[in-house]
Amino acid sequence: MMKSKENMVTVYIMGDAYNVPESSTIITAMEYSGFQLTTGVGCREGFCGACATIYREKGDYKLKGGLACQTVVTDGMTLAQIPFMPAEKPIYDLKELKPDINTIKELFPTIFRCVSCNTCTKACPQDIDVMDYIQALKKGNIAEAADISFDCIRCGLCALRCPAEIVQYNAATLARRLYGSYLAKKSPEVDESIEDIKAGKYDKELEELTKMDRKTLSEKYYARETKLR
Amino acid sequence: MKIPYYPGCTLKSTAKHFENSAIESAKALGIEFVELPKWNCCGVVTPLAEDDIMHHVAPVRNLIRVLEMNKSGAVNDEKRLLTLCSMCFNTLKRSTLRIKEKVDDLDVLNDFMYKEEDYDGSVEVVHFLEILRENGFDEIKKQVKKSLENLKIAPYYGCMLLRPKDIGIDDAERPTIFNDLLTSLSAEPIEWRAKNKCCGSFLTLDNKEIVSRLGYDILTNAQKSGADLIVTSCPLCAFNLDNRQKIIKQKHPEFEEIPVLYFTQLMAIAFDLDKEVMGLDGNYINPVPLLESKGIL
Repeated sequence: MMKSKENMVTVYIMGDAYNVPESSTIITAMEYSGFQLTTGVGCREGFCGACATIYREKGDYKLKGGLACQTVVTDGMTLAQIPFMPAEKPIYDLKELKPDINTIKELFPTIFRCVSCNTCTKACPQDIDVMDYIQALKKGNIAEAADISFDCIRCGLCALRCPAEIVQYNAATLARRLYGSYLAKKSPEVDESIEDIKAGKYDKELEELTKMDRKTLSEKYYARETKLR
Repeated sequence: MKIPYYPGCTLKSTAKHFENSAIESAKALGIEFVELPKWNCCGVVTPLAEDDIMHHVAPVRNLIRVLEMNKSGAVNDEKRLLTLCSMCFNTLKRSTLRIKEKVDDLDVLNDFMYKEEDYDGSVEVVHFLEILRENGFDEIKKQVKKSLENLKIAPYYGCMLLRPKDIGIDDAERPTIFNDLLTSLSAEPIEWRAKNKCCGSFLTLDNKEIVSRLGYDILTNAQKSGADLIVTSCPLCAFNLDNRQKIIKQKHPEFEEIPVLYFTQLMAIAFDLDKEVMGLDGNYINPVPLLESKGIL
């Protein structure tokens, strides 16, 4: 059966024109056009950060960034898929680090090249104020950086667009690790729970859960949600 | 009076005692610092190349925050931005002047920062010392609760408060603003040669040799001129003159260490504010024995 033309749009994948359904995301548009994606694609739910991509829309000079699984195509869109981000990643032992500005200076010296252009923030598909957490790190405020960057899914678009070649998402990961290890308020409840888990308190329940069929599991899950409300 | 306040990175880390003593001393004078709700690096070094607009983005972004504060009502029709660090003061103010001189640059900047409100060139960057001068040194005199009479102080201006001429808050060769402040605090400012000599600035990172040589000259000149201690307003000068005394002492074993204080610490002492506000444990060379021997603490 022929699809009506009104429901199709033209997109340019790596320069070549393809007609795709207008409700396609960038990923489904590529697959519809015959591309087989083996990398640069992951959960397809906007969580894993594997499918970061850049695109441009018709009549707009701005190069935009987004997650290919969440971005719906528009007519005349020019797009591509980025398979891998060759960004620098320092190796460190968290146990040997101190949560202060010297650690940041040592592991991410590029942060001090930031000119506050805000291009990273504009590129972020998670609407995180990326520049603000880089500026927080520049001041040595690790807690603030951890807080601002909390929703980061490490897609890498910030680093891809940064004129100072800062690898923001790796620095943010370090900030959150430092925060979790050294700065966060300790909660004895968590330690107790860990001990309980180690002692096997939940083993029986877990075993029951893993053996449940999908239907029962689903029922139990939604019953739990209702109970919470 | 409520005034927008730009701290800068050192005021939140190595110069925390500068910030605390400034905020509290200002409060005693009825001046309230309202920190910008969001701020980024001042830019640190002013680009001198005609076509370098990129490095004005950082300073201008901070200036936009002042407009936002006026809009939100955080301050009431106060478009002056107060700074404490001499370097931040210099960098931010130079950007305001550059934009006034080359209006076309402002269009480029605004177009580039399209997510922000447009900057309109209306913010004026001021240093805390200027606000103190405007407020009147007599007002400071009224707040003095502890006499600093026996204290001979070398006011160190450095370069960023005074140069270039259109930025400077005082005469570049014969500045007096610190002298006026110190006199109003009942201390005795001394006259000395090295008050506006270079401290070595950023060379402190990769050429400690030069910085300690310059520091030795400045510090010994202050001592020969009879100073008990030095005051300054610049965290980088303070670092070079205070912390680098360690290297100076190694090179010149006969050298006697001399405390270096922020002018606001001295205000906190004279106003008899809390010990915590004075922040005397933040200085590398401990000023407490000297202040005790003078009967001040």
